Amino acid sequence: MSSTAEAVETVEYENVGIPDGKLAIWLFLASEVMLFGTLFTSYIVLRSAAPAWPVGWDVLNVPLATLNTFLLIGSSVTIVMSHSRVQKRDFAGFNTYMAITVLLSFGFLIVKAIEYAAKFNHGIAPSTNIFYSIYFVTTGLHGLHVIGGIGWNLGLLWWAKNGGWDDKLFEGRVEYAGLYWHFVDLVWIFLFPALYLL
Amino acid sequence: MNPYSWLLPVQASSFAAKIDTGMWVIHILMFIIFFGWLIYFVYLLVAYREREGHKAQRVHISHKASLAPDIIVFASELLIVFAIALPIWSQVKMTMPDENKSTRVEIVGEQFNWNVRYPGPDGKFGKTNSAFVDFSNPFGIDPSDEAGHDDIVVVNDMHFPVGKPVLARLTSKDVIHSFFIPSFRIKQDATPGLVVPVWFEPTLEGNYEVTCAQLCGVGHAIMRADVKVESQAEFDKWLASLAPKKAEAAGEDW
Amino acid sequence: MSDHGHELSFWEKYVFSVDHKVIGIQYMITALCFLMIGFGMILIMRWQLAYPGTVIPLIGKLLPATFAPGGILGPTGYNQMGAMHGTIMIFLGIVPLSVGGFGNYVMPIQIGAPDMAFPRMNMMSYWVYLPGGLIMLASFLMPGGAAQSGWTSYPPLSVINPGQTVWLLGMVFLITSSLLGSINFIVTVLNLRAPGMTLWRMPLFTWSQFVTAFLLLLAFPPLEAAAIMQLADRVLHTTFYMPDGLVIAGQASTYAGGGAVLLYQHLFWFLAHPEVYVLILPPFGLISEIIANNTRKPLFGYKEMVYAMMFLGGMSFVVWAHHMFVTGMAPAMANFFLITTMIISVPSVALLTCLILSLKGASIRYNTPMLFALSYLPLFGIGGLTGLPLGLTVTDIYLHDTYYVIGHFHYVVVTGSLMALFGGIYFWFPKMFGRKMDEGLGKLHFWGSVIAMNGIFFPMFIIGMQGQSRRLFDPTAHLHNLIGQPMHVISTLAAIALLVFQIPFIYNFLNSIFRGEKCSDPNPWRATTLDWACPSPPPHGNFAKVPRVYRGPYEYSHPDHKEDFLPQSLEKAEA
Repeated sequence: MSSTAEAVETVEYENVGIPDGKLAIWLFLASEVMLFGTLFTSYIVLRSAAPAWPVGWDVLNVPLATLNTFLLIGSSVTIVMSHSRVQKRDFAGFNTYMAITVLLSFGFLIVKAIEYAAKFNHGIAPSTNIFYSIYFVTTGLHGLHVIGGIGWNLGLLWWAKNGGWDDKLFEGRVEYAGLYWHFVDLVWIFLFPALYLL
Repeated sequence: MNPYSWLLPVQASSFAAKIDTGMWVIHILMFIIFFGWLIYFVYLLVAYREREGHKAQRVHISHKASLAPDIIVFASELLIVFAIALPIWSQVKMTMPDENKSTRVEIVGEQFNWNVRYPGPDGKFGKTNSAFVDFSNPFGIDPSDEAGHDDIVVVNDMHFPVGKPVLARLTSKDVIHSFFIPSFRIKQDATPGLVVPVWFEPTLEGNYEVTCAQLCGVGHAIMRADVKVESQAEFDKWLASLAPKKAEAAGEDW
Repeated sequence: MSDHGHELSFWEKYVFSVDHKVIGIQYMITALCFLMIGFGMILIMRWQLAYPGTVIPLIGKLLPATFAPGGILGPTGYNQMGAMHGTIMIFLGIVPLSVGGFGNYVMPIQIGAPDMAFPRMNMMSYWVYLPGGLIMLASFLMPGGAAQSGWTSYPPLSVINPGQTVWLLGMVFLITSSLLGSINFIVTVLNLRAPGMTLWRMPLFTWSQFVTAFLLLLAFPPLEAAAIMQLADRVLHTTFYMPDGLVIAGQASTYAGGGAVLLYQHLFWFLAHPEVYVLILPPFGLISEIIANNTRKPLFGYKEMVYAMMFLGGMSFVVWAHHMFVTGMAPAMANFFLITTMIISVPSVALLTCLILSLKGASIRYNTPMLFALSYLPLFGIGGLTGLPLGLTVTDIYLHDTYYVIGHFHYVVVTGSLMALFGGIYFWFPKMFGRKMDEGLGKLHFWGSVIAMNGIFFPMFIIGMQGQSRRLFDPTAHLHNLIGQPMHVISTLAAIALLVFQIPFIYNFLNSIFRGEKCSDPNPWRATTLDWACPSPPPHGNFAKVPRVYRGPYEYSHPDHKEDFLPQSLEKAEA
């Protein structure tokens, strides 16, 4: 009942015991699972129909991608830490961990940009073949999700300094940012072996 | 003879009658279900209209009785599925005739023509490659392959001998088309990148029409071809008449 | 709308409003406009089908030359309008009207909520939908025109045809809008029900919106992924849908190849079959309300209907390939989808049966909304039954992609869903504006529309049986279509009649907003559900005091109650 203040009375509406925001973020993630699930299904279909398929580690930069995997896993840990700092009402701690999260995600994007640039320098583009079509579109879409997450997390940092810290919705929003961020991390955990290792 | 009527077109292939049986059985069933149900509906509308001295009553209807329509519909569906759909589908789409006893052709859809290739006297199709495709060679027959030299290519005009199955390999070279001969009750999408076997056995001599049933671009409406079903002798004569001038036949004549 | 919001500016009150009722009316009016635009397009196309190669009367000369050179519709123009007619009617007309319009307006007041769970997200959903629609319309002005590959947009045609990029962009907006809406609907239903409104006390309309929201939430993302890949194929030259060896217009394709054409169709129908139930279920819930109210007795089989809707929703995800029997998909797979399709017909029959049995013992009030609701039953029945020969593999070989298909789904969506939605407008108009629409004009609208609609769509079954393919710019180019040509003439004349019979509706709608008969009673239909327990029109926040719910939704003609309806929010029946 976030902003229907006029009608708020001391009435308990029938509910399922999960806060609105949390329910919404889980539903959103369900739709995201369908989105990336479709892309993975397409990958499987296209790959199984292809006469030959490049081995990821021959054509892609596995060390850089491994570094990226650690960056994202690290950021998933720090966002959990920042949430626990909110619960302990530790303002400085929250800021530190959230800032590290954002830095790690920027690190991920920079590494990704280096990877992309190397491909383009070798004349490889999404149009090169079906493997690169999948590679660029799935990692690109994942990259957009990372950018979205960075925006959300930066927004939380800004909000914390501008009145959000004492808002009763603050803790929930950090938690939802964490849920979303874990999902983005999880997508990468699937993409990494599918594209680079298998 | 005009093969087309106000209802289904003439049955000119071996399985047309079977597909039509399916059509009539399901439509008669639909009529019975619909009208049975409509009569009851109209009765309710009249009997329970609002009027002086009539009040709504919370009547009890047994839930078992209410399941009757579901059971009737589902039972008749199952009957049709097992008695008609599965066997005929398996005959039309899953059981291909013996290659050696069939007229073999390749059919390739393009915007907005139906190209047909017969293997010629050697009974072998020459190799193809999309690099060789041009207007005089719509299939892209590889000139270095001996087997392709006697292949006969026709555009928008196909002939088949009566009483012998036709086994076609169907594909497309640009967008999705759908190979549809209403009088034969055969329809199959021609999909680029996919070669699908299609068969039908013409049983009635005459002239029929092939149409495209899948939106394929600006000329979708004018994408059509003629089918002539004739005796084996006439068919052989027609094929022989084409053999020497196969290249010219592939012109753009729509 | 509300006199509580006097501190709000005009813009906040009527344009960028966060009130679900204002958003609902915005959706409704926008969707009605899009329905008229889509209908106008089909009128032009129908003229060409009935009288191919003749000048379109009245407007022919006004159309741009790329569309209709010399006032005669060209094939490019025909294909553009064909694609846009489908897109507009489904994604910009029926769904926004039934989910965005009625769902937004009626669902929260039916469960006693003050607003949606996320009012600002609700506003955003409308303001993403409208640009999506405008982008779609604007695509006609682009060089190359609008999308012209059908609303299904099958590649490779859609990848090589002009206009498709803008269509895909518009779809991204529409998908985003419906995702925002569906999350909001689910959270609202789960967490914002008035005290006592347990799930099993919710009216069927709310249930139908709840099930629909799940379909939208889970079915649209696969289409989004499919659209992203198609967009990449067009813009980045990727090869998701472009197979090896393509030769387009005599030129070898520059695509690298390796793509799969059928992949798109699977992804598309994985959305588009649940989408069919998005088109059907809310109107079904809507007529259940009207029928319960006008039979003055409880609906038969309330729980069965809820279970049937859930079953339909779930099953709708496993029947998609019955649209693809003749595409070259493995024929054995067709048998699986044949069986699931036959199974899904059972709950649909159950839904109709329950509503018909609800008439038994009734005292039927034949007012305008009830006429629309009752016409839904046999006409939706025709639409459903004609789905059987299409769902059966054998008959589908012949009927697939013929006019029979067009007749079938227009019976479902037009004489079914659209008629139900018209009924809904007459039914909830007093709630929205505090005034009634005129009954006489309403009945004229009903009888005119129902006859005209049958005149349009029934001939399609006949020419479908004759084997006429759909999407033909000029049917007379084929010999086997010539005999059925008079049917196209009947269909076109009926379409013009349908246009004429919308005039009383438009006049009635606009006139009644200002001059309709005022309802002194906020509950003019003497209904039981909570939407009639608040003032008409409801103020901001809807209920002066949060209502309490004591019983199920359809307690009409209760023996212990003095009146023939026992509202959900009334604590005790009074003798």
